[in-house]
Amino acid sequence: MAAAEFTTPEMKDFPAIPALQRDAMAESKPYVAAEKINEALGFPGELVPDWESKAIDKMGDLLKKYRSLKVYLDACVHCGACTDKCHYFLGTGDPKNMPVARQDLMRGVYRRHFTLAGKLFPKLVGATELTRDVLDDWYKYYNQCSECRRCSVFCPYGIDTAEITMAGREILDSIGYGQKYSNEIIGKVHKIGNNLGLPGPALANTLEGLEEDVKEDTGVDVKFPMDVQGAEVLLVTPSADFFAEPHIDSLIGYGKVFHAAGISWTLSSKASEAGNFGMFIGNYDQLRKIAMRIREAALELGVKRIVVGECGHAWRVAYSFWNTLTGIGAGGNDPFAVQLQSQLDHRYKQPAHICEVTWDLIQRGALKFDKDANDHRIVTFHDSCNVARASRMGDAPGGQFEIPRNIIRAVANKYVEMAPGTTREATFCCGGGGGLLTDELIELRVKGALPRMEALKQVVDQQGVNFMATICAICKAQFTKVLPYYKFNRGMVGGVHQLVSTAIRLGDK
Amino acid sequence: MSAATIFFAVLFYAATAILVVGLAVKIVDYARTPAPLKIPTTPAPTGAGGVALRMLREVALFESLFKSNLWIWAFGILFHGALLLVLLRHLRYFTEPVWFWVGWVQPFGLYAGFAMVVGLAGLWGRRFLVERIRYISTPSDHLMLALLAGIGLSGLAMKFLMHTDIVAVKAFFLGLMRFDVQPLPSHPGLYVHLTLVALLMIVFPFSKLLHAPGVFFSPSRNQADNPREQRHLAPWAAEMEKSKA
Repeated sequence: MAAAEFTTPEMKDFPAIPALQRDAMAESKPYVAAEKINEALGFPGELVPDWESKAIDKMGDLLKKYRSLKVYLDACVHCGACTDKCHYFLGTGDPKNMPVARQDLMRGVYRRHFTLAGKLFPKLVGATELTRDVLDDWYKYYNQCSECRRCSVFCPYGIDTAEITMAGREILDSIGYGQKYSNEIIGKVHKIGNNLGLPGPALANTLEGLEEDVKEDTGVDVKFPMDVQGAEVLLVTPSADFFAEPHIDSLIGYGKVFHAAGISWTLSSKASEAGNFGMFIGNYDQLRKIAMRIREAALELGVKRIVVGECGHAWRVAYSFWNTLTGIGAGGNDPFAVQLQSQLDHRYKQPAHICEVTWDLIQRGALKFDKDANDHRIVTFHDSCNVARASRMGDAPGGQFEIPRNIIRAVANKYVEMAPGTTREATFCCGGGGGLLTDELIELRVKGALPRMEALKQVVDQQGVNFMATICAICKAQFTKVLPYYKFNRGMVGGVHQLVSTAIRLGDK
Repeated sequence: MSAATIFFAVLFYAATAILVVGLAVKIVDYARTPAPLKIPTTPAPTGAGGVALRMLREVALFESLFKSNLWIWAFGILFHGALLLVLLRHLRYFTEPVWFWVGWVQPFGLYAGFAMVVGLAGLWGRRFLVERIRYISTPSDHLMLALLAGIGLSGLAMKFLMHTDIVAVKAFFLGLMRFDVQPLPSHPGLYVHLTLVALLMIVFPFSKLLHAPGVFFSPSRNQADNPREQRHLAPWAAEMEKSKA
């Protein structure tokens, strides 16, 4: 089935809140996962016959395990503060893409089955049974949320729709109604080691070719080592970095940074993927299993530091969840955590973002740049949602905004900010995050990119910006696909370490 | 002792019990439910002191709402601030002698009665005038505003249109607090006012009014941003480590 025809929204100079267009996106949904894909993850192969009671049971289970879900389903007062904050609403006008309305798809069922008011007076409080229509709405609209958390910034109670979406997807998976794209990728991680299904030997080949390319370009022997026992740094990066454009240019940048600083480093064929789609589907077991690969690789290789490449949700998982899930971090006093943490070098942050590593080296004067090499670029920076609103870099809150910008300013002369309200913690999602980066959702992805495209257009028109740097593999892939719909050059998106790569001095040739 | 007096005495004992027990059950439930992952909305404070400040700004100034929507913020803070003053003003019905600062609050509390109704009217108006908010409004959202507006208007009516014997009202409530029921003045405005207040107390633990305790338990607001420095593990997640890596 090909994606239906649609019109790319018009970019306005003064972005406006759209009028409601009911059911505008009622046809948008990802492919349902096939039996084999689901069963490989331990989910029922297809929608189970008694799905209604199973779904309610699962919801009850999640309500006991997650305070976020319980509090968020109770606390909303329908004030409307979030209604104009979601990029998918702004791009589509579909009222069910307003964060509160998306939450209400689940809140209605919660009220009916778990609250006194909903049991006694369902009509009064908007309580609903979980009918097939409601279930299908869950499938559609919990797959039209990129879990970007922009709504949670603006909610007076911090209600995070991502938590509701994750719970929704977790319930859907538990009754055999999962989404193909995410579940298939998780299967590949377990079977092959990374999201793109690139086996170890092919990866080794790719890295060898990369060394040759860089040698040809620069005359310098920059290494891209894999499975090196006793290396200081284990670099874990999204597998797209190994061959997708423009991702690979950032991988080259990481390699050059390590080379120039003289840090021994390695990739791992076992943990050849930083991404963790377990988060997207809200499944703690999967989230943990996928993260455990990194712990095992770190223990086997005996590395002292674990560094994460340019990937938004991977950095959220690494920064916020790895210590919990796998003990990668500090401060653990249980045997499980101590086993790994005693191996790591705690003069460095564990885990560290590649931008933290690079910025630290720049501050210590360990890297030199020819900034002019980037003079053909007028650069702006797109904050990726998971980095901006769900993680940090450096020592102070907001370091996740400053450090990438500091790096860009250190390696390029021309840097421009996009409009306030579209950057930093208020940044707009690229439109393809959260497990939605699949072709059948292209209409959603194009329309969801509208707010970012409007902000980009402003700096392109007024300041001649021709390069939008970002530190997320999904953002890079999504923009590469979507920019042409808005008449921008697809090549204008790239990584921060692509800029580093262009300007860095590698010393004697 | 009139039937009305007995009715309201029973009503307020019941309403108080439901409010206190209902809220306690909810709060204990929130507190006991684990938050397995670190999910503060960042940038977030890195320590407990910063979190307390963030929460204070959120509760006292509605910081996030201010960033979000100035109209909702203005009506919201007008209503909540006024409600606070009105509640403080009403402490005079429950204290003897009246605490000195409750005396100072009296004139402000009086004007706050009007401000509260204006704030409510603004919030209610948005439910009709703004298409997006009209879409998300349920009948209970309207009823909750009607209930609060009814309380405000009936209270103002007793102050400015048809006085009631507030000395006797005070004796009634002081009596309730000592389990010694005193006669309640027979006054339709007072009956309306007290019925609505009792209703509000009763629905509190079962409605969206749970946003009041809920905000304190919101993980995106009450967690410190220190996941790399401290291992955060929910009991049910720790079990997974014991069973098998």
